[in-house]
Amino acid sequence: MNSSKTQFAELQQTDELEQTWKEPKGFLGSLAVVGHKEIGKRYIVTAFIFLLLGGLEALLMRLQLAFPENTFLDPGRYNQIFTTHGTTMMFLFAVPVMEGMGIYLVPLMVGTRNVAFPRLNAFGYWMYLAGGLFLYAGTFFHALPDAGWFAYPPLSGPQFSPGKGVDVWAQMITFTEVSALCVAVELIVTILRMRAPGMTLNRIPMFCWSMLVQSFMIIFAMPAVMIASSVMLLNDRTIGTHFVNPAEGGDPLLYQHIFWFFGHPEVYIIFLPALGMVSSMIETFSRRHLFGYPALVLALVANGFLAFGLWVHHMFATGLPQVGEAYFTAASMMIAITSGVQIFCWLATLCTGRLRTTTALHFVFGFIFIFVLGGLTGVMVASIPFDLQAHDTYFVVAHFHYVLIGGALFPLFGGFHYWFPKFTGRLMDERLGKCSFWILFVGFNLTFFPMHFLGLGGMPRRVYTYSAGMGWELPNLLATVGALTIAVGGIVFIANVMRSRRHGEIADPNPWEGASLEWEAASPPKSYNFPRLPAVDNLWPAWDDISKRTVIEGLSDDRREILITSLNAAEPHHRHTLPKPSIWPFVTTLGLGIGLTGSVIAFSWYYVAAALGAIGFIGWFWPRRPLEFTS
Amino acid sequence: MRRCTLPFLFFLANIAFGQQSALDPAGPQAGRIRSLESLLFGISVVIFVGVIGTLAVALFRRRRGIQQEPLESTHRPSAQTERKLLVVVSSLSAVSLLILFALIVVSVVTGREISIKSLPRDSLVVEVTGNQWWWSVRYLDDNTQRIIVTANEIHIPTGRPVVIKGTSHDVIHSFWVPNLHGKRDLIPSRVNTEWIQADRPGRFRGQCAEFCGLQHAHMAFWVIAEPPAQFEAWRRQQLQPAAEPSDPVRLRGQQVFLNNACVLCHTIQGTTAAGQNGPDLTHFGSRQTIAAGTLPNTIGNLGGWITDPQTVKPGNHMPQVPLAPGDEQPLLAYLEGLK
Repeated sequence: MNSSKTQFAELQQTDELEQTWKEPKGFLGSLAVVGHKEIGKRYIVTAFIFLLLGGLEALLMRLQLAFPENTFLDPGRYNQIFTTHGTTMMFLFAVPVMEGMGIYLVPLMVGTRNVAFPRLNAFGYWMYLAGGLFLYAGTFFHALPDAGWFAYPPLSGPQFSPGKGVDVWAQMITFTEVSALCVAVELIVTILRMRAPGMTLNRIPMFCWSMLVQSFMIIFAMPAVMIASSVMLLNDRTIGTHFVNPAEGGDPLLYQHIFWFFGHPEVYIIFLPALGMVSSMIETFSRRHLFGYPALVLALVANGFLAFGLWVHHMFATGLPQVGEAYFTAASMMIAITSGVQIFCWLATLCTGRLRTTTALHFVFGFIFIFVLGGLTGVMVASIPFDLQAHDTYFVVAHFHYVLIGGALFPLFGGFHYWFPKFTGRLMDERLGKCSFWILFVGFNLTFFPMHFLGLGGMPRRVYTYSAGMGWELPNLLATVGALTIAVGGIVFIANVMRSRRHGEIADPNPWEGASLEWEAASPPKSYNFPRLPAVDNLWPAWDDISKRTVIEGLSDDRREILITSLNAAEPHHRHTLPKPSIWPFVTTLGLGIGLTGSVIAFSWYYVAAALGAIGFIGWFWPRRPLEFTS
Repeated sequence: MRRCTLPFLFFLANIAFGQQSALDPAGPQAGRIRSLESLLFGISVVIFVGVIGTLAVALFRRRRGIQQEPLESTHRPSAQTERKLLVVVSSLSAVSLLILFALIVVSVVTGREISIKSLPRDSLVVEVTGNQWWWSVRYLDDNTQRIIVTANEIHIPTGRPVVIKGTSHDVIHSFWVPNLHGKRDLIPSRVNTEWIQADRPGRFRGQCAEFCGLQHAHMAFWVIAEPPAQFEAWRRQQLQPAAEPSDPVRLRGQQVFLNNACVLCHTIQGTTAAGQNGPDLTHFGSRQTIAAGTLPNTIGNLGGWITDPQTVKPGNHMPQVPLAPGDEQPLLAYLEGLK
């Protein structure tokens, strides 16, 4: 009797919510989008396109190295390709894709409707896209960087790298790091102040913890690389500041210190979110509470701190004093403890759970296999004497691909299968998924396992060719065959995505019986995520009877209102209205993009960047009456 | 992976006993690192097998359908199981901490043993300067008359420590002879030192290990370890000025060299050629390779290198010097005669 009335009221309410939160339509509308799901998706799709480009570059390198003294690529082209490969994978794929996953999932997991600063979020995405386009535009202007993704001076300096390639590289960093900082601020505030009432610090899902730690790391690490590349290196090149030019009294080691102060944490910035994904998937597919939640959280936080204490292990061969070296050996090895504790907790969970071996869990197993191997070689290279042999050889190439592909890409692929129904409302095909997993797993090991021996057998990194008769032929050929296998695995994965998003099995809100809040939202989630914001009283809300969910009443439906809660206890604090879509973040990026692109040609373009940027920001923050928050 | 075992063993053997391999040490430094590596490798294998074994157990239990507790309602195993897990996980963490602590100690001790501070007395001092893309080598001596300058080839006596004082003339390079020691970066405006020693005679290949531009791949050199007597003989020979050409063809070759752009970059002691940008050629004919370890030093290779250096090693700094017809053969004969 009353139920039809209630249903009608609910429909009316969700209708109004939809009106309030829906994304603008049309071309201009698509430039004004500020919703976290749309922007998260854009990050993920863009990053996957860059993954394809970076993978293609890797294939080209492997084809060149398949045979000794091969002439498939000339040295100049090879150097451009390995530089662009590293740069793409680090700056344009790995970090942004993790941020995209965070932007999409975190608001759903903490039970809110958008990230804290939606327009800043849009701005971050546009800056990232601009940076990526800027780097690849270099292809058409003979301006691809060729001094390595680390661009050590003096090789990257004006004397030894004439041309615009290194300038483009250095300024590309500015774009992507601004973007990373935007996301970091977003996620920190979202996680700390926008959680569902009752989601105290010890009830935050592991993935959100990992994004929180990662975001803090970004805030400390990214400014370092901007100082190294955009300030010191770029100014040395364009206006002769001589920060790092030894010919004029500058110090090339200063650059290395600052670069690796960023560069090492960068690895953890990439793979901490992946650890969060692994925790989520293991919990769901073991169908039991994650063992050792406090230990896992503390390990993540410790990881975040330790990551800043070991940058010198990239510089063991530079001849630093021994006492310092001993410290850095200890710090580098200690980080194995935090990773070890996490592995032990996961194994404990897996051993006592009731496993459901989905494709996602396959990728988790693949992750454990590969990542443990990469971690162990990590302990090996942390030892200075050993590192003096392994450094800058294929041993290190093997090591960090084990850590990054095993530690980040496999969990990401697993996570992609796991959250795909949430993103699209359809399940990915399990058979194709397992097929792609096995091809990728075999291909990966075939490519990178022989490289351990190549490195110890004397083959340095970043060589465009090698002489015959060194005993390097067979492992190199195997690696090339492996790389082609990986490509096949990638094609199967893409085919699966393409097919499943149109024809996949329709997914209900919680197809895997996951525990966290995102599984309470519809699949795909409505623009407002939850019709009524949920309140929670434990770490596994979706495992409760969700028909008895306590919800928050009293938020306006006719404007973009969300609930701000307290930092520790997540007690309701006040209501807050988020801004509506706006084209200004895009316009600001356009202005800054024009100016920063020009700065590669002449310093005076910075003034253009400042002026156009200022116009954008003024438009962005122009006060409107009546207050635009009310619709 | 299992199917690859045979080829793996094959290439392992191939690499392990190569002329540029960290797995086949020929001196105390590389030997100590090799022992450390074996230790690290052994521990890693044990840990890896343990982890993968546990993973296999998790899967095996599922296959066999062993379920200790129904998890449907609580999603949590019994308190007893959780307590057991806690004990296991904490002890494993404690054990890893101990293992890592031990590794740190071993690593630091090995580091001390191979550091420059552990240098025994009576060492030979060799200054190595990295250049794009070749190595300049100077044997230092208190008596300036006894300083030897050569390139891309370092002769050392067996059983005697040799101090390498490394720096760079342009960008950062890295000095690496894996059979003898790990790497040391050669950084412009700095001098880095390390010591190496060969305990047995042999030819050991070294290669630049820090990316240094277009021809990073072709920046190799050879360390030739000889018994002390043989080394002394080599040294005496290197101390001589360049051999005067004895026949008319070589004499003509010398004139070709001195009258062309060659002299702008190369030095030949005993002649007017005193260029500093390229390798010293005083005893060029006695070296085993040309173009920084790129090709064996034969007349044919040398001819190809001089007539078209950019094809042999694209991007290198040696220009193609146009020679008058008929000048090439005498020049080659002259250079190969510089024993």
